[in-house]
Amino acid sequence: MTVRFEVNGKAVSVDVSARTTLADCLRHELHLTGTHVGCEHGVCGACTIIVNGDAVRSCLMLAVQANGAKVTTVEGLSPEEGLSPLQTAFKTHHALQCGFCTPGMLTTIHALLSEEPNADEDRIRDVISGNLCRCTGYITIVEAAMDARASYQHSRGDKE
Amino acid sequence: MKPHHGAHTSNSYIGAHIERVEDYRFLRGEGKYLDDISREGQWHAAFARSQIAHGKIRSIDVSKALAMPGVRAVITAADIEGDIPTIPFRRPNPTIGPYAQPIIARDKVRYFGEPIAMILADSPELAEDALQGVVADIEQLPVMIDCKRAMEDKSLLFDVTGSNLASIFNADKGDVDAAFASADFIIRDQLSTQRQTALPMETRGLLAEWDAKNGKLTVSGAAKLPFFNRTTMAAMMNLPETAVDYIELDVGGGFGARGEFYPEDFLVAFGARKFDRPVKWIEDRREHLMAIGHSREASCDVELAFSKDGVMLGMRGDLFINIGAYVRPNGMTPVRNAAQFMSGPYRMPAIHIAAYACVTNKTPAGTYRGPGRYEGNFFIERLIDQAAAGLGVDRLEIRRRNLLTHEEMPYPLATVLPSDGRADTQCDSGDYRVCFDACVQEANWAEKSKLQGKLIDGRYHGIAIGCFIEGGASGPQENARMVLEKNGDISLFAGSSGIGQGIETILAQIAADYLEIPMERITVFHGSTNLLKKGWGSYGSRATVMGGSAVIDACKKLLALFRISAAKRLGVEPEAITIAEGVARLADGRSVPLAEVASDHLEVDGSFKNQTPTYTYGSAFAHVAVDPGTGHVDVVDYVVVDDVGRIINSMTLHGQVMGAAVQGFGSVFSEELIYNEEGQLLVGSLADYLIPTASDYPVVRCVSMEQFPSPTNPLGAKGAGEGGIIPVGGVVTNAVANALSSFGVQPKTLPLTPSRVWEMIEDARVRA
Repeated sequence: MTVRFEVNGKAVSVDVSARTTLADCLRHELHLTGTHVGCEHGVCGACTIIVNGDAVRSCLMLAVQANGAKVTTVEGLSPEEGLSPLQTAFKTHHALQCGFCTPGMLTTIHALLSEEPNADEDRIRDVISGNLCRCTGYITIVEAAMDARASYQHSRGDKE
Repeated sequence: MKPHHGAHTSNSYIGAHIERVEDYRFLRGEGKYLDDISREGQWHAAFARSQIAHGKIRSIDVSKALAMPGVRAVITAADIEGDIPTIPFRRPNPTIGPYAQPIIARDKVRYFGEPIAMILADSPELAEDALQGVVADIEQLPVMIDCKRAMEDKSLLFDVTGSNLASIFNADKGDVDAAFASADFIIRDQLSTQRQTALPMETRGLLAEWDAKNGKLTVSGAAKLPFFNRTTMAAMMNLPETAVDYIELDVGGGFGARGEFYPEDFLVAFGARKFDRPVKWIEDRREHLMAIGHSREASCDVELAFSKDGVMLGMRGDLFINIGAYVRPNGMTPVRNAAQFMSGPYRMPAIHIAAYACVTNKTPAGTYRGPGRYEGNFFIERLIDQAAAGLGVDRLEIRRRNLLTHEEMPYPLATVLPSDGRADTQCDSGDYRVCFDACVQEANWAEKSKLQGKLIDGRYHGIAIGCFIEGGASGPQENARMVLEKNGDISLFAGSSGIGQGIETILAQIAADYLEIPMERITVFHGSTNLLKKGWGSYGSRATVMGGSAVIDACKKLLALFRISAAKRLGVEPEAITIAEGVARLADGRSVPLAEVASDHLEVDGSFKNQTPTYTYGSAFAHVAVDPGTGHVDVVDYVVVDDVGRIINSMTLHGQVMGAAVQGFGSVFSEELIYNEEGQLLVGSLADYLIPTASDYPVVRCVSMEQFPSPTNPLGAKGAGEGGIIPVGGVVTNAVANALSSFGVQPKTLPLTPSRVWEMIEDARVRA
């Protein structure tokens, strides 16, 4: 089946079988390997991407369901060179170790702060509680998200 | 933490808060993990696994699987000529030989999830589809999931040995009978920790490629100990070691389990060689839970002897470790560690501990961060708190009296036999009371102690403190090759491997300080067997100490060559040269920068040999609040203070300690690999295996000290990746017991799930 959607601002057209997940489509067909697959059960959140502004588990969504959608992956959150303010905050706060959960954390927090740039610590913890990280213990991730809020408060609306 | 801002001067990297060089690619989604690589024409592997925990294989029919779309081949034991290869041990001992794991089941299956066939197909989906076409006819045998039942030997996993005991390790020191005979007070208890797994976020995977023309096997997806696995693979494949390369990519977490040699490692490579095709395999999460090494399933019956004023006189008893169906390469490590390290940071003059490694019909065990140490610490810390109550000695005082002091170093621990090469060991340096007192202070014990057992807003509050040591710097050696590149930059090829801990940053910091050049001029390559002749890897908290010390050796050798090259250019004797900040200088003002001698092709091999472990030590404090209505426990505050000898990067060190502590909370409260009586694993997803989430444990505070450098290495550093998890079980459980002291609740078994805590309270109410 042919699916047409927009990934990181570019129109794509992909031929996939009906059962192909959006995660596999992004990774294997479009070679956007920044999106990681950690469980395929929708539990770990590593594969989180942004679909039409919402944080979505790409392992639980079929590629065909993305037809006509606007998809943003971690690659789309990255500037041409360097790091976005959120990515920079992750680096400054040591909010990553092995890096496997990181793309899902970034997309989840980006979607949250784009909508709620004043989200408080409890709200941030609550939202990323759907993303598992085995390395950090989350404390530094929450600190990074809190620190990155300023950049969303300034640029509300111009992301994506 | 002291954040450093702006430019670094020479010798300023070690000890600083340095942001990681790895992060840039990870944050941009440009990391390269195993599933991110593919090869033209590759086949995908999927493993058919036994659904029976113990049985005799009558037949395995793969004809249906072979007929399914996209299936290229199916491998079973019938395709292996001769004996089925077994996976060698990293640390052999005289009795474990027959318990080694075969790479595929031929006559018998011994655990739920044991590989019985490998499908090779055009895509991972088609390979998985074909799993249902594998029909195994297996005659069921009695299933043993419990260690003590298995030890009755009524049903044997290995008929040839006549026993379900793979090994008994005895830890001995002093005259334990005399110690108990002279004791004023003895405390004895039976305690247990539950079966867990390390759970790296990236599941396992491999890509094997066979170069038929050159007879060369390349395995991508290495982790932890690529060189040992290369040796293992070469021997099992009957290839010279030089015909096998292990390539390390980015690794999504290790924690002791990932990177060991597993049955799938051989089978994937076997398939690639047999069919002359690249073969790729990525484990799925359910498979991961049943196939990767489990750990921590241990129980004890141990007693401690004290004088009336709380001085420890001796420790004796038995440990029972459920190691699952086979002895895996590092399967004995938790067993012998629990025996040797249970006395931990305490002065224990007499010890006799027998640690029984029993095989059962469960997934074979291996290591998980702080192997054996976490279990042993839980046991002794529970006993100490109960002893304090029984003796009427303050919980702080009973610990302070028995903690090792600087004057006693080096301090020998119990001798463990049979020897796996580490029978004797000694604490290297430190004054264990210093971290303890700092922890008491940081935790504000004086104030918090008023909360003990108090019911506040419907929750009972409790506090506790516990002490630990962490072994690090596993020997015997590490290597590092250093090359001066044409542009004057340095390439550093390290035998240490990256498992997400930030090794590229740590080694670059060390090299930058010793070469006195900016860190940005150093690029670290690591782990792969094609980078240097021999290396060891990252396990047993060794990479910073062993790898870092090898880097220092390389730096010294490179500077020596630089001196000679510069001297030639300046026409002087090498002795006349002073090197500072990457420039060779003469007293007359003439100078040669490092980049200028690049045409001399400077290249050196550094190494560091050391068989003496380092012992980071510390103390941890927990403050919990228990809801008696739900059994839910909140960790209100958690403080850990450790002394790591020398801090290389305060940021990554704190990351390790904090992350390990939160992993430990998962161990205490929620993670458990549960089996039913038929030996089937009932945990199939991360919705069943509950690791901590972001909303669970918001408070962990860590303080790291460097008052007592390790005498074992030029850095003075100690391994520090595992310590954070070791005290968690003991200190948090003691805090829960303290909170529930009005009920007389004494937890014996982990995890402290809400239902178990609620039950303990209800049972106590019924008793009252």
